[in-house]
Amino acid sequence: MSATSPQVLARLTRVEARLYLREPIALFFGLVFPGLLLVVLGLVMPWADQPFDSTDPVLSQITAMTAYTPIVLALAIGTVAYSTFPPMMATYREKGVLRRLSTTPLPPSRLLVAQLLVHLASLLAASVLAVVAGVVILDVSLPTQPALVLLGFVLGAASSIAVGCLIAAVAPTTGAATGTGMSVYMLSMFFAGVWLPLPLMPEVVQTISRFTPLGAASQALAAGWYEHRFPGVELLVMVVWTAVLVPLAARLFRWT
Amino acid sequence: MTPVIQVEHLRKACGTKVAVDDVSLTVDRGEIVGVLGPNGAGKTTTVECIAGLRAPDAGTVRVNGLDPRKDGPVLRERVAPQLQESEMPARIRVIEAMELYASFYADPADPDELLRDLGLVDRRDVQFRRLSGGQKQRLSVALALVGNPEVAILDELTTGLDPQARRETWGLIERVRDRGVTILLVTHFMDEAERLCDRVMLIDAGRVIAEGSPADLAARVNQQTVRFRTTTPVPAGLLEALPGVAAVVVDGGHYEVRGADVAVDVVLALNGVGIRPERLTAEQGSLEEAFVSLVRPVEV
Repeated sequence: MSATSPQVLARLTRVEARLYLREPIALFFGLVFPGLLLVVLGLVMPWADQPFDSTDPVLSQITAMTAYTPIVLALAIGTVAYSTFPPMMATYREKGVLRRLSTTPLPPSRLLVAQLLVHLASLLAASVLAVVAGVVILDVSLPTQPALVLLGFVLGAASSIAVGCLIAAVAPTTGAATGTGMSVYMLSMFFAGVWLPLPLMPEVVQTISRFTPLGAASQALAAGWYEHRFPGVELLVMVVWTAVLVPLAARLFRWT
Repeated sequence: MTPVIQVEHLRKACGTKVAVDDVSLTVDRGEIVGVLGPNGAGKTTTVECIAGLRAPDAGTVRVNGLDPRKDGPVLRERVAPQLQESEMPARIRVIEAMELYASFYADPADPDELLRDLGLVDRRDVQFRRLSGGQKQRLSVALALVGNPEVAILDELTTGLDPQARRETWGLIERVRDRGVTILLVTHFMDEAERLCDRVMLIDAGRVIAEGSPADLAARVNQQTVRFRTTTPVPAGLLEALPGVAAVVVDGGHYEVRGADVAVDVVLALNGVGIRPERLTAEQGSLEEAFVSLVRPVEV
């Protein structure tokens, strides 16, 4: 078999997927946590099935959990992009896994592709899990503009993973990757409205949020889910982040 | 016949430190060539340049006539390095790693057969993180061989192994050589080099300071070490006065005399004063002594 054949990439991806499934902590946060958070909040919080904001014409039409669902999807993106993916790549670099692979006929970029495929699959599974759990258990309303939600999700994943790639590219050690990733993660959670939903935040925070990758994702998802508007700025912001960060990460990436 | 590995006037600085100053070496097909030297001598850097992991600052490196930096894709199919400080992912199983690496090569060896050869059959389904140090080493040798390479570069592969495992690994390397694989072996164990290598290069401070078969190099030093025991004290100064004696160490009734061709003179001198040495041994110069006498003294 030639090392460049798709079968080799498929085998590598299968092995990476199995390794991912053997990491209990990554698996919990990457796969289960977003849905679990949504369901626990929905079942525990007394305001869960109340209108989100009875004074607002749009927000009075949806429950608090429906408003929180796009936020949880942004959380799922951030978890994979900032907290799971960068440390995994940095560990591979620190332990010499990348160095060893670079002496085989396998083009080194294949490992990156396999890792991204595994993390995207995990993100997709986590998101479907969260939405299905929300709809079935918490009676969350489905999005009014599904195509827009899908677009926001894809661009949100792309721009946040681009940030993750940059961290993975430059972090010299696993510790540095974890530290940087978690700092970005916590900050992004704030701007995505995980701590406090964005509609409850001051206008200035909402504006800043719109220009961060995960904040833009959260707002674009919300727009497609229950607001009746087209999130042009947010989508553009995510395209720009992706277009700038992916080539930068590729240029800065070190195999050893 | 063109050499499999040809290095000419290799030079490589890491930051401000010159790791390799001027190293030239050749390895012919089917040979096991050892690269010996103290820590920091530039062995690993040399090997990394040959493996194409580093670009030389000056000089040429050719493997099968090809440049490792330019013809990497072709060479990586045929040259397998076993590197220091390269691990596998923590949770990968032995057989998964073997089958994965086998899939990278056009004409791989049978993973299960290699695992049998390396005594890893019963570890087949064990995760990398649960292997002992010796088992990790053997797996890294197995991974280096799974692509059926023409050239294997083995960097300190028995470091950290217990004596039994080291001997088993030596047997394995000989079997690999018998298959026609050319081997460049980096080591700092003299017994390993003496046992395995057709030729050795001594590298110190980034330069080749001696080269030849282990026996040739050992013969360069005519050092002998004579040890014996006696209950009768040897008169002071008797042994020291003998021609060629470099050092006499006395510890109770145990004597150790070192010097050039001293064995016969020591016995005759003892006989002259009526002492009969017990448990007498004489050791001829070893590669280790050659190494010690050739390598510059460590600056303190």
